[in-house]
Amino acid sequence: MPGLAGRMSTVMKAKISRLLDRSEDPGETLDYGYQKQVEHLQQVKKGIADVVTSKKRLQMQSQKLEQQVVKLDTQARQALSQGREDLARAALERKSVAQTELQSLDQQVNELEAQQEQLTQAEQKLRGKIEAFRTKKEVIKAQYSAAEAQVKISEAATGVGEEMADVGLAIQRAEDKTEQMRARGAAVEELEAAGTFEDLTQLGPPQDDIDRELSQLGSGAQVDDELAKMKTELGSGEGDKPALGEGREGA
Amino acid sequence: MIVRISGEGQFELPDEDSERLNELDNRAVNAVEQGDETGFRELWTQMLELVASDGNALPGDELVESDVILPPRDISFDEAKGEFSGEGLIPD
Repeated sequence: MPGLAGRMSTVMKAKISRLLDRSEDPGETLDYGYQKQVEHLQQVKKGIADVVTSKKRLQMQSQKLEQQVVKLDTQARQALSQGREDLARAALERKSVAQTELQSLDQQVNELEAQQEQLTQAEQKLRGKIEAFRTKKEVIKAQYSAAEAQVKISEAATGVGEEMADVGLAIQRAEDKTEQMRARGAAVEELEAAGTFEDLTQLGPPQDDIDRELSQLGSGAQVDDELAKMKTELGSGEGDKPALGEGREGA
Repeated sequence: MIVRISGEGQFELPDEDSERLNELDNRAVNAVEQGDETGFRELWTQMLELVASDGNALPGDELVESDVILPPRDISFDEAKGEFSGEGLIPD
């Protein structure tokens, strides 16, 4: 049997036939098989819970970034109204980086949401199969001779085994994806740790390393546009405030 | 013939379809070997469509083994390189 899930189900089949060889009593094998299936279902639930945890973590990160975007925008306005165009530009550059990260985070949250939905459906399907196995198990115990029972057990267990392998594969893929997302999340945290989104009023003169890097990130044109727009907005209502241009205490 | 689409479930297909599925499978292997992602996507879509149009979903309480297991619908080209190789999903 080909395919990833196929290979796994072959492993499962081998395990079951080994069990059948060892066991004198097919009824015992059936009960044991059912017990293993129920245990496996618990693992599936745990796998889904892990996806939900990852999703929540990303959601929290996204909320934090949203706040940073608002804060940096406010700071840019304040800096500009005090004539500090250099600071305003730095704030807008950071805002642009934060917005890009935010977009990618939100997209990842959506992907995880879809995966969670898919896994939940797979879990329900597996639960149905295990329930069918339980019913069949009682029929086999009651109606078949030991030799016939072996064949029936093998068939039924393989059917459930394939379903399990398939859910296992889906969880594996979800985990791989969350692993990639975790790496991406760690990159955002690094940017945060480096002070990328920090309060600009706590920074020394702009044009430190971070600022130089930020201005190289290609957001230049967008930042220019936003700065120009901000200037027009501020300029229109605050023509009588040019004296504040020198002030730094308020920053 | 019982076909499983990974992550979606099992379908019963008329036996005549196995030849058509095998042919698409072999062409998909070719496409993957030549690094032709567009070609592969087209063939992969055709395989899924064949199962969707001719297949009947098996009831949930049916405990049977599949004859063929297709990978997940959203398989990446990299993953496909592992799956669609040699004799493909369906041994010749």
